[in-house]
Amino acid sequence: MTGQPTPILALDRVTKTFGHGPGAVHAARSISFSLHAGRALALVGESGSGKTTCARMAMREYMPTEGKILFKGEPVDRASPTETARYRRAVQMIFQDPFASLNPAHTIAYHLKRPLLLHRPDIKRAEIDATVRALLQQVKLDPDIVTPKYPHELSGGQRQRVNIARALAAKPEVIVADEPTSMLDVSVRLGVLNLLSEMKQQMKLGLLYITHDIATARYVAEDIAVMYAGQIVEWGNVGKVIDNPAHPYTKLLLSAVPDPDIRFDDPSVRLRPEDAEEIRRKSALTQDKIVEVDTDHFVRAA
Amino acid sequence: MTAPLLSVKNLTIDYIGEEKDFRAVDDVSFDVAPGEVFGLAGESGCGKSTIAFAISRLHKPPALIRRESTILLNGRNVLDLDDKGLRDFRWREVAMVFQSAMNSLNPVLRIEQQFYDVLKTHKGMSRAQARDRTAEMLKLVDIAPDRMRDYPHQFSGGMRQRIVIAICLALDPRLVVMDEPTTALDVVVQREILQRINELRRSLGFAVLFITHDLGLMVQFCDRIGIMLAGKLVEQNTAEATYGSPQHDYTKQLWASFPSLHGGVLL
Ligand SMILES: Nc1ncnc2c1ncn2[C@@H]1O[C@H](COP(=O)(O)OP(=O)(O)OP(=O)(O)O)[C@@H](O)[C@H]1O
Ligand SMILES: Nc1ncnc2c1ncn2[C@@H]1O[C@H](COP(=O)(O)OP(=O)(O)OP(=O)(O)O)[C@@H](O)[C@H]1O
Ligand SMILES: [Mg+2]
Ligand SMILES: [Mg+2]
Repeated sequence: MTGQPTPILALDRVTKTFGHGPGAVHAARSISFSLHAGRALALVGESGSGKTTCARMAMREYMPTEGKILFKGEPVDRASPTETARYRRAVQMIFQDPFASLNPAHTIAYHLKRPLLLHRPDIKRAEIDATVRALLQQVKLDPDIVTPKYPHELSGGQRQRVNIARALAAKPEVIVADEPTSMLDVSVRLGVLNLLSEMKQQMKLGLLYITHDIATARYVAEDIAVMYAGQIVEWGNVGKVIDNPAHPYTKLLLSAVPDPDIRFDDPSVRLRPEDAEEIRRKSALTQDKIVEVDTDHFVRAA
Repeated sequence: MTAPLLSVKNLTIDYIGEEKDFRAVDDVSFDVAPGEVFGLAGESGCGKSTIAFAISRLHKPPALIRRESTILLNGRNVLDLDDKGLRDFRWREVAMVFQSAMNSLNPVLRIEQQFYDVLKTHKGMSRAQARDRTAEMLKLVDIAPDRMRDYPHQFSGGMRQRIVIAICLALDPRLVVMDEPTTALDVVVQREILQRINELRRSLGFAVLFITHDLGLMVQFCDRIGIMLAGKLVEQNTAEATYGSPQHDYTKQLWASFPSLHGGVLL
């Protein structure tokens, strides 16, 4: 996140507040991060900490309450309609929920043709069907079987692969993937993550990878940011943060990563909810002080 | 051995197609004892959700359950239930938490109302009784009871999922079918919820059919695990054995593709 060429996409001290007064929800508090060509940033953290809110701001679905979103160094709020259209093609999203994101009334072929027609004037009409087939093969679905199907005829995992193919159809520069593999089984998951990694490298994509699976974060991303209650509490090189966590919430999160050697029935390894609660209470406080743990590893004072 | 709570026998389910049928579940048999946590794991599309829906009697056409199949709950064939029997069965005997349950909450109703609808229909509770029960259940899943006045969109995906779990447990079902109940949650909350469900099934005695992709989590939580491949149950064993001495090649393969936190590069 430091000393690199201009990022494709950056959030600069972005805040998002829902509602007003005492009932206001501070979903994102002064969030800064950048996405670079050919690099992935993993965004992990508490559920409800604001990860999807950040993703939606990056997608320009939500306007930040404060702060700026920069596309290739330029603030997007001053973008012209043409630039906005370019942005919509360049930044594609893969959603958390494969059930809600496909239209039940249309076939899989339709879902992939649409972005091709919309965003890819470079592809001739006669080549559309072949491109659809290639996209499906890229995500390891059999085009002969899948193209005529409707979303409800596919399993959750199959649908998610269709979503990934659809995002790739637009030939994006940035992919925002919100829990793209949480509904896939391990064997397929690695395949999909490899696919995203490959495309990140080959197509020089900037990838924002939101996940609850921290082991895969390490697998896909160079950088990581850990969110709690709307703030990024720890960030930097993915290996440094995972191997040497400094923030109490990061430590708690890492301690709870599923481990087949720890059985819930074993009282000695029980995660005490009171302890978790205490860490949550402390971590929820707004903290401006930032400590450099190591080069490329930062933590908010807790 | 005590009589099983759930006994699935020769379960075969086809999706009826225009040209040909697709066999999603192929002659699957397994038992779940009262209070037991039984896990179903396996590749995407192998038929786990199809089984979960059939057990909850929530399957719809084109899913067709073949005649030789039986699903016995407390000795009664779930597949023979009439409408009246089904109403009593659902929620009170079997409750289901879906893969995308967080979207099953009604967006225009307050959480309190959604609990009330279930508690009134199935238990005849008054508003005041339902409110007490709602507060109790929300606390169980670590949500402040005063938020029962809020609407679903005011909660994150993870919080909505916990609310659905709380609604499911509110009627004290004998069996809770959980299809990827915590995939949307952070691992701390996931751990707290499943740890809590584990404690509750010990104290309240309900059984759990647990479906997840996360094999590590599955071993942590389940007593026994069934591994599915293309509609068939290919291995059934204790959690320890599934992890420590997997029998089927496919199970071994699943473990081999398990990413590790400190493992660096995989494959
Ligand atoms: N449209 C909205 N209106 C009001 N509050 C919202 C809205 N969207 C999100 N929030 C709130 O903002 C906070 C952050 O939500 P967000 O969905 O960004 O979390 P998340 O980190 O993606 O969580 P999860 O891991 O569960 O998906 C939550 O408290 C949520 O209730
Ligand atoms: N309504 C339907 N019509 C036709 N085929 C279907 C239908 N629903 C599911 N299928 C097929 O049945 C198979 C089993 O689907 P199911 O949803 O049970 O899988 P699953 O094991 O739960 O997968 P996942 O882990 O991805 O959720 C899949 O191959 C799917 O494509
Ligand atoms: Mg989210
Ligand atoms: Mg499923």
